[in-house]
Amino acid sequence: MSEIRYVQSGDVRLAVREWGDATRPTVLLVHGYPDSSQVWDATAALLAHDFHVVAYDVRGAGRSTVPTAVADYDLDLLVADTAAVADAVSPDRPVHLVGHDWGSIQSWETVCTERMRGRLASYTSISGPGLDHAGHWIRRRLKSASTTHKRELAAQALHSWYIGMFHLPSVPAAWKLGLDRLWPTLLAQIEGVRAEANPTQRQDGVAGINLYRANVRERVLRPRERRTDLPVQLIVPRRDHFVMPELLDDLSQWAPRLWRVDVDAGHWLPVSHPQLVAERVAAFVRFVETGTETPALQRARVRGARRAHSGKLVVVTGAGSGIGRETVLAYAEAGADTVCVDLDRTAAERTAELAGLLDTHSIAYAVDVGDAKAMEKLAAEIERTLGAPDVIVNNAGIGMSGPVLETTTADWERILRVNLWGVIHGSRLFAKQMVAAGKRGHIVNVSSGLAFFPTRITPAYNTTKAAVQMLSECLRAELAGQGIGVSAVYPGVVNTNIVSTAAMLGGSDGEAAKKRARAERLYQLRNLKPEAVARAIVDAVEKNRAEVRVGAEVHAIRWLSRLAPGIGRRLARLDA
Amino acid sequence: MTPASASAIWRPNADALEGFRTAQRLAYQCAETIGAELHEGMTEREVARRMRTFLRDHGADDCFHEPFAWFGDRTAFKGFVGFKHLGGFNPAFYPTGRRLQADMPYILDCAPTVKGYTADIGYCGVLGENRVLDRLMDDLREYRALILEKVRARDTLAEVSRAVDRLCARHGYEPRHKAYPFEVLAHRVETLSDDGRAHPSLARFGVRNITELLRGVLKGRDEGWSPLWSSGARSEHAPTPGLWAVEPHLGFRGVGAKFEELLVVTEDDAYWLDDDVPHVRRWIERGLWPQAEIVRAAA
Repeated sequence: MSEIRYVQSGDVRLAVREWGDATRPTVLLVHGYPDSSQVWDATAALLAHDFHVVAYDVRGAGRSTVPTAVADYDLDLLVADTAAVADAVSPDRPVHLVGHDWGSIQSWETVCTERMRGRLASYTSISGPGLDHAGHWIRRRLKSASTTHKRELAAQALHSWYIGMFHLPSVPAAWKLGLDRLWPTLLAQIEGVRAEANPTQRQDGVAGINLYRANVRERVLRPRERRTDLPVQLIVPRRDHFVMPELLDDLSQWAPRLWRVDVDAGHWLPVSHPQLVAERVAAFVRFVETGTETPALQRARVRGARRAHSGKLVVVTGAGSGIGRETVLAYAEAGADTVCVDLDRTAAERTAELAGLLDTHSIAYAVDVGDAKAMEKLAAEIERTLGAPDVIVNNAGIGMSGPVLETTTADWERILRVNLWGVIHGSRLFAKQMVAAGKRGHIVNVSSGLAFFPTRITPAYNTTKAAVQMLSECLRAELAGQGIGVSAVYPGVVNTNIVSTAAMLGGSDGEAAKKRARAERLYQLRNLKPEAVARAIVDAVEKNRAEVRVGAEVHAIRWLSRLAPGIGRRLARLDA
Repeated sequence: MTPASASAIWRPNADALEGFRTAQRLAYQCAETIGAELHEGMTEREVARRMRTFLRDHGADDCFHEPFAWFGDRTAFKGFVGFKHLGGFNPAFYPTGRRLQADMPYILDCAPTVKGYTADIGYCGVLGENRVLDRLMDDLREYRALILEKVRARDTLAEVSRAVDRLCARHGYEPRHKAYPFEVLAHRVETLSDDGRAHPSLARFGVRNITELLRGVLKGRDEGWSPLWSSGARSEHAPTPGLWAVEPHLGFRGVGAKFEELLVVTEDDAYWLDDDVPHVRRWIERGLWPQAEIVRAAA
């Protein structure tokens, strides 16, 4: 830990600590309630490798002066404190501000106020919305007739119980009656966070209540329009008990240069995930200093209003056409970012471009899903640049028609490689990433209605698709404990290019062409759209369905295979 | 001029072509003028009516159809696939009370007849900004080039239409012209007599023009061609000489874009009646138009 130095701000003396090389860009950390700057220790140590890191005890906390009057905790004074510290530790260069909890709430005021213009380079906000922004968020929902809005409002009210309580006169007494000693245990029990005991916990808990009393009521009930053109990064813990992620959904209207990353974690992120916080802050600061936007930041950029799947990453194989392309677009329309994998680079790039038109981040990779090495490389690159995906859709597949006796070993290898190995690689590699990242992700494997239905026309194809069925069912059992869902999708006769690109084995070229034309006609007549399968895939993930049949014909053959397999076997003998 | 048959030698008469060009320029002038007057809150019906008034005021005495205007997702006929409905007759193109809003794409489509010469054009734009529309309008250039190239190569009209379908699939767009009556990519227009009188419409279609079209359908049925150009079997014939109003209409996620203009088909060649049209000017502005074509268009 570094030496403490004191900075004067009006009547108040602020305890400031510094780490790292003072010639590097300055990262200024502002803690929340009921913490002191100690909450940043682990994060600061990590950031100190690359930056000049500064943390201070907010007035009323730690070793800083503890004013007694509620009025002494007004936001304007808190901003003045930050300004005094920034001027003391980095007089010539603007600082990069990072706030957590109340530290984030008061820093919103800092970044939106005119007096700090030119003194700040960026802002990273964790678990603390601007009070005026929250006020507008509530107003908008009070006025709105939408039931989603009403629900969000009620839910946030439940999350904010403590703010109301802070206005009760007896609350500070709780800290004096032993809450201070109980606090680390409470954190461990409720938040699963192991925090070091804070020597000034009682005083921090008591005095900090004034932060809420001095500011919340006025700002939330009479919100002002507070804007900033500073680059702002939001790190949003999805399991925050105190701040709902939805509270940040309208933010881009106030802070148009906005990046957002959602994390599967609770409220005390600087304590539970210091590594993650340090990495995100470092990447953002480097981007603002140098202009180099990492792929992860490109993905985090907030584009327009928030949608159902905003912030999620979905990898789709066979994304260049048909079901794969439509799945990418369905997810993009719902706000998710996508990775489009296809053997055909041009087609994959086109899909990514279309997804980009829907205001999402999408990148294309030309990869043969059957190539183990290439898939490993792809998975490693995605993990490194974008992180573990939330959803992997193993959709790439090829068609093949012709009798078993005419199907050569090479033919078998070709179809098994794409239709089965491709699914194995995709499932394994990305499931491993999800487990490692503790992500409750989802794996979707696209099988076929023909997985239930023997035919003498497409035996190799049916075999691979039946294997995908079993693989998916087994994997679902295996990953259930980790909260990772697995769905198998069984489309019927979907109008895609699978027939025109399928191999027709045995017989002359003329016969093959005739068969192909017949099959294409059948597919066109049925005209089941790939969009329908894409919708089913999105729905399967949302509801974690095990088996998803698309098309009346698939329901029919599924039940036939169960109730009257004999009839199915008879039908299997029919030739095309 | 009588409806051209597949057998008759058809040579474009310079006067007639000039007549068609004048009609087409008037149609585009109408779309551009009314397009510039659009503002938030206007309804499709109101805009269609303004276009009709403009055309009447500027010498149109008949039409192939009365002006249409589509706003928002109606530009893509979203949610309605008119493949087999009512024998291909899809009432979705009739203007409605839909109101124009900011950043909403729109399509204006009109088909005036001036002194017996008929044009049929489609014009799109947006009140504000729409990235999807921009992309669709950029990509329409490939369709204009493809159609001309294939017709020049004397592919059957059905083959040309299927090539358009394939390009749509590659681009990831829906061919929304399939929602037009009989799923047409294009239809013929014929010369009518110039009697100096105004002529009636029925259900917003010009009686004389539709009569000519039906006459063509009947005649074509015997002779193995059709004035309605689609991907279907009836268009499985070499390009028939005459004037075709070609209207590829692309749709993507609730946004549609089209162009429509007259293609001149001769016995062994084809060319667009006029390259000085708004969508070509837009491609030139955006640097999407090959230099050689710019020189030719300027010539």
